[in-house]
Amino acid sequence: MGGRPAADGLQSPPPNLPRKRGVRLSWIGPGSWALYALGLSPGVWTFYLGLTDQLGADPLKALERTLGLWALRFLVIGLAVTPLRKIGGPNLIRYRRTIGLLAFFYALAHVVVYVVLDQGLDVAAILADIVKRPYITVGMVAFLILVPLAVTSNATMIRRLGAAAWQRLHRWVYLAAAAGALHFIMLLKTVTFEAAFYAAMVAVLLAFRLWNRARLSQPRR
Amino acid sequence: MLIRKAPDVRPSEITPKGHYLSRRELMAGGFAAAALAMVPGDSGWAAALEAHKSSFSTDEPPTRRADATSYNNFYEFGSGKDDPAANAGTLTTAPWSVEVSGLVAKPRTYALEDILKPVTLEDRIYRLRCVEGWSMVIPWIGFPLAALISRVEPLGSAKYVAFETLVRPDEMPGQRGLFQPLDWPYREGLRLDEANHPLTILAVGMYGETLPNQNGAPLRLVVPWKYGFKSIKSIVRIAFVEQQPPTSWEEMAPHEYGFYSNVNPEVDHPRWSQATERRIGEGSGLFAKRRPTRMFNGYGDEVAGLYAGLDLRANY
Repeated sequence: MGGRPAADGLQSPPPNLPRKRGVRLSWIGPGSWALYALGLSPGVWTFYLGLTDQLGADPLKALERTLGLWALRFLVIGLAVTPLRKIGGPNLIRYRRTIGLLAFFYALAHVVVYVVLDQGLDVAAILADIVKRPYITVGMVAFLILVPLAVTSNATMIRRLGAAAWQRLHRWVYLAAAAGALHFIMLLKTVTFEAAFYAAMVAVLLAFRLWNRARLSQPRR
Repeated sequence: MLIRKAPDVRPSEITPKGHYLSRRELMAGGFAAAALAMVPGDSGWAAALEAHKSSFSTDEPPTRRADATSYNNFYEFGSGKDDPAANAGTLTTAPWSVEVSGLVAKPRTYALEDILKPVTLEDRIYRLRCVEGWSMVIPWIGFPLAALISRVEPLGSAKYVAFETLVRPDEMPGQRGLFQPLDWPYREGLRLDEANHPLTILAVGMYGETLPNQNGAPLRLVVPWKYGFKSIKSIVRIAFVEQQPPTSWEEMAPHEYGFYSNVNPEVDHPRWSQATERRIGEGSGLFAKRRPTRMFNGYGDEVAGLYAGLDLRANY
């Protein structure tokens, strides 16, 4: 069981923090490992299809898009965990770290495919892209935000930072998700239903936090 | 207009008149058969076409037919690359007519068969460079647009040619519902001298057969030195006009897509570089290297003269 989080903040730290050093972490349970296996399978499968010429005419672009899309999907799922609990849905908070790391792994794979396979490690072209192409700038911002969040996702770092600081740091995921959704819209020639859908999901999930904060800050009767 | 590369036609390449006439019969028969066989949903059907070789063809290896017919931009059928192949099967392409209007001595509406009757079909294996940064090599079958232009006798005041694609929401899912990406009809245009250039063709086939619907059946433009979106598909209207006509992508995002849209590695799209391209099917899929994009898509010897004195950065 996940139990109630320690703080009832907007971005609560993971539950079941070990109280003492050296205590084995109970919250990387078999459920999380199963979630990793399940969550990574679309990426592995798409890569396999790409290797075996089953990804259509432009396999590289298809792989790049699929990886980016799953990163965005896991960001949205991760952002949905707290609202889901607050509106009386299931409490999935013990899986949130896994969900967040899945988002990071997909974002990392997306960037690696872009840098290595798409651009062929042409550093000059990549740097020019990041500086001159707003959609790549925005996408890179989203990725760079996820890096420190992934690095500080383990219990040691939570303990070292302290719950409050950790929480502040991890609120950056809001910006990463917004930048990810924007990146998707900006790279298309026209706005598609799919891109608008993810942008709307991120907007609703972020708006929930604003609404919740306003609600909590009102004096209680 | 200076055409530097004159087609070298050897006597051996000139088709004897008997063959020539029988090919016309075959053609006419082919299209009649097409008219009979083209029932909605019958997307797998294609008629064989015969055509002359052309010295304008590249000897680069053509893209796999499966790739060229499954990876398309044809927003009338959806904005995804695989949407046209999935959704275009229901398009009725026979009967088909094209209205030719505007500043011409002989405005009229042509049945497709009438357009094709006097022309000789040619194989034109052309490079195709999409504005999105990928490219293919397509063996088109078609005829010079100039042949149709001379037939309708443009007036001296005609300076541009404007084209329109079919609008038929019940057969084109991209034209119904929310999220319609463009204003319909899809419009494109060329300067009259560009339209008359021998490289500019109207295509009716590819890979030895009639065009699949997703590739712009039954009649489309192919302008190989411009980004692919200039090569308008499924044409129903051609108008000769004095002023530069509005074009769909230019109207949609004028700072990103210009009227000329000549392939130019030195002028970037605002959102991506145009210096390199990925040739579809080249190398081994995931590990294909990008190749440098060539000025005018490699057709500079033939077409650079059209733009002498024109600032290609300002007129992108």
